[in-house]
Amino acid sequence: MDGEGARPFEPRITAFVCNWCTYTGADLAGTSRLQMAANVRIIRLPCTGRIDPMFIVKAFERGADGVIVSGCHPADCHYNAGNYHARRRFAIFRELVDFLGIDPGRLTFSWVSASEGAKWRDVVNETVDRVRRLGPFTAYRELVTDPPVTRVIGEEVPA
Amino acid sequence: MRELRDLARRLLEEGSVQTVLGWEEGPRGARPVFVRRPEEAERLIFDPRCVHNLAAYLSPRRPHLKGLGRIAICVKPCDAKAVAGLIRETQVARDQVVLIGLRCGGVLPDPEGRETLSGETVADRCRGCPDREPRLADHVVGTAAEGFPGPSRRQQKVEELLALSPDDRWRFWQQELARCVRCHACRQVCPLCFCEQCIADKTRPRWVESSAHGRGNLAWHISRAMHLAGRCVDCGECERVCPGGIPLGLLTRRVAKTVGERFGWRPSDDPAVPSPVGTWRPEDPQEFIL
Repeated sequence: MDGEGARPFEPRITAFVCNWCTYTGADLAGTSRLQMAANVRIIRLPCTGRIDPMFIVKAFERGADGVIVSGCHPADCHYNAGNYHARRRFAIFRELVDFLGIDPGRLTFSWVSASEGAKWRDVVNETVDRVRRLGPFTAYRELVTDPPVTRVIGEEVPA
Repeated sequence: MRELRDLARRLLEEGSVQTVLGWEEGPRGARPVFVRRPEEAERLIFDPRCVHNLAAYLSPRRPHLKGLGRIAICVKPCDAKAVAGLIRETQVARDQVVLIGLRCGGVLPDPEGRETLSGETVADRCRGCPDREPRLADHVVGTAAEGFPGPSRRQQKVEELLALSPDDRWRFWQQELARCVRCHACRQVCPLCFCEQCIADKTRPRWVESSAHGRGNLAWHISRAMHLAGRCVDCGECERVCPGGIPLGLLTRRVAKTVGERFGWRPSDDPAVPSPVGTWRPEDPQEFIL
């Protein structure tokens, strides 16, 4: 289901977060009963350094309207340098996809530590608001408009 | 040319190499040649039609040089940067290969080219190229020549596209990428596409959809440009071999602009210069991170 049509548009956001800081921070936001938009699906990974840019591409392919990537602040990485590598990688990725015509407003990168539940709430709310204004990412979904190749054998081929 | 042939003959005769990789006259212009006997050295040529970046053969994943003994390879200054890239990323050992550097005054866009080299006919990547003299080389041959002034049209086109709105850029690229048939010629010809298993060939999971539709094509070209960040030497081979005529150089140029501006990196023929991806500085700019 698209969530579009009769109902108002609700952005679908995929968040790739590191286990040690942002995931714990998001958990803290939850246990602290902070109110925030419910549009985010979190995917927990060991480190931002584990996040391949293709994860983001795949999220858009599967219908995400926006993506959040979040991890430990510089100098706080559990593996010492994963976030520094990720910072270079996503600086390049962000400018590349912008060049290809994907609005960089659909991407949020943030550092959220384990104690920053309130910052996580703000990152989520800000991203959801921004993507809501940009609208559904129909351009990406319409990249494949061919009908599905499989059909029931014996069925009439539609004219 | 005499100098090049004599050097190749001498290297083969004295047995310091068993194969010289260079260019020869073919039925449709210049083409790569593997010279294995001293008397065959007369086949070698070097002129502005020698556009191929022969460093692509050096990748340890490619079968062409297996069992051909020690190799000498002809490199233009830009090709030498690709060799430096392979050494930098430990794909090739410096002492494994003899480099014959050729002084270069620019090449034509096409190995078939019949035009004389001029500011109009020169390959776009040669516009503004500062490298006349190969530095990463064991032997240097050829005559010194003048280069051609920049900026390249490709560089200008990158700036033009950057001035457009994201929606207009999207339309531009969808039109261009629609011609991609996913033949992967851009990957095969690239000296720095050397992964043992390409992400485009992985099926569990299928990261890059293999169908030549908009979604698969976009994923492939994002992936390719990302993998060439800090590696691309702007030799233009991907664009030359693309059967769809897609301006692939614009993507690698855009990425090169980012690594240049943010991390101060330019393609270098010094293998000791660290790659901008795989290294980092604590003070790297992070204005885009909340």
